[in-house]
Amino acid sequence: MYQLGNLVKDLSDKHGRTRESLLPILQGIVEKHNYLTDEAMVEVAKELDISAAEVYGTASFYTFLDTQERGKYVIRVCKTITCSMKGKIEILETLEDMLKIKAGETTSDKQFTLLETNCIGWCHKAPAMLINEIPYTELTPEKVVEIIKGYMQKK
Amino acid sequence: MKNKGLNKVDLIFEKINAEEVLKKAWEMSNQSIIQQILDSGLKGRGGAGFPTGLKWKYTAAIDEPEKYVVCNADEGEPGTYKDRTIMENDPQSVLEGMAICGYAIGANKGYIYCRGEYPYVVDILNQAIAQAKEKGILGDFDIEVRMGAGAYVCGEESALIESIEGNRGEPRFKPPFPPVIGLWQKPTIVNNVETFANIPIILEKGADWYKSIGAEKYPGTKVLTLTGDINNRTVFEVPTNTTIREVLYDFGGGIKDGKKFKAVQIGGTSGGFIPESMLDTPIDFDSMTAIGAVLGSGAVFVMDETRDIVNVVARIAGFFEHESCGKCNPCREGTKRIHEMMEKLDAGQGSSGDLSLLERLGTVMSKACLCGLGQAAPAPVLTTLKNFNSEYQAKLN
Repeated sequence: MYQLGNLVKDLSDKHGRTRESLLPILQGIVEKHNYLTDEAMVEVAKELDISAAEVYGTASFYTFLDTQERGKYVIRVCKTITCSMKGKIEILETLEDMLKIKAGETTSDKQFTLLETNCIGWCHKAPAMLINEIPYTELTPEKVVEIIKGYMQKK
Repeated sequence: MKNKGLNKVDLIFEKINAEEVLKKAWEMSNQSIIQQILDSGLKGRGGAGFPTGLKWKYTAAIDEPEKYVVCNADEGEPGTYKDRTIMENDPQSVLEGMAICGYAIGANKGYIYCRGEYPYVVDILNQAIAQAKEKGILGDFDIEVRMGAGAYVCGEESALIESIEGNRGEPRFKPPFPPVIGLWQKPTIVNNVETFANIPIILEKGADWYKSIGAEKYPGTKVLTLTGDINNRTVFEVPTNTTIREVLYDFGGGIKDGKKFKAVQIGGTSGGFIPESMLDTPIDFDSMTAIGAVLGSGAVFVMDETRDIVNVVARIAGFFEHESCGKCNPCREGTKRIHEMMEKLDAGQGSSGDLSLLERLGTVMSKACLCGLGQAAPAPVLTTLKNFNSEYQAKLN
């Protein structure tokens, strides 16, 4: 569980407290903490003076506004048609082997979450994945090992 | 960006003198700008192909002090990366197109709704906006970038508007259409990135010049993105009278690894599957519609002889089941049932009864769904049942 601190207040000051600010505020929280805790959504509801159910209802509509616990690095492997035709399965299996988790899970040290996602717009350089905001393309199992090793050393 | 010397058309990616074009625009009356766009024959490049000038004319005619311009950069259609390429290479042309639109319809605020998968593009856009503001070239037109959060349906214009307003991105009932009642219930023009990118050059070189390029009823160029089993997996711009065969063999360099062609799906994952016999069709909107396909976003997804059509369509059906927003029943239930039936057929457990059921369900969805997502979702199923029926027959139980 992350510390919310003054983040919600700061984001509300920055984006405003009207309904249209809801998505930018939620995106700001996710940018910092990778997912939305119940407490965070309640805080946002208070700041914007709307019900917490409204906040959750909106957040849960969007794939990138996760309401479940996520690791520091969220890996999203593209599962859409071009990537799956170009070897997405091997990429996913390599990641599962390295991280010792299945798609949809988070490592016990809370560093990595492995997810599958729909098209990320790199179909010409398939297979592709996003790690947080950074796209990685033309992946091979060897390349994936190198990339993840890099992230493992970062922590 | 170069067209590899194959064609002397490079409208969108050609650098033009923005300041000159905008200066010219501010000297024109808003009506004469709209007339130029109408005369140019420009139609929406996002997929629906609605005449851009006509849309602007509707909104311009409404007496309302508050209006909006929205650029649809929620490029979620699988196989499509044209808008990203345009925004990365020439973000200014998009901003200029939006500012010209604002002037023409009487709006001074614009939003670019960029998909959440492209945060790096958001940075490029914000930089470009800052530069344009610094130079003062957009006049009093203000542009703000809003980021999506991973919802394919937000590419639908009314869902996109809901999302900017801070709501779940569910499409609205239409009519009224956004040009009349849009963002915050105000008249709103929503155009695609590529549509806006076409505007400056039309004003620079004139409607007659633009109309002379490409197909008569869908003039100009189209940016296409090639993916799948093709040698050149790349993005390029072609005049709209280019045929599918030319796209695949001249620009695409033919099928990869010397294999034979089996099918091409154009317009993204909701487009129709096209067999060899239809490859001499020009890619313009009307010619594509005439063969039961669509031009759509301009995605060109190629499959070689080794690909299993039923398997590909089953995976596509899974995509739509996930992306259906659930607001209307035919789409929410239909995408799920189509996916189930396609999985069954792919596993070799389907019967000929399933095929007729699929066809009925698909037809109902194409008529009864609330928005373009549900209406187009069965297209891959319906067009493969028609054009690649033997593939289904071979897998029946």
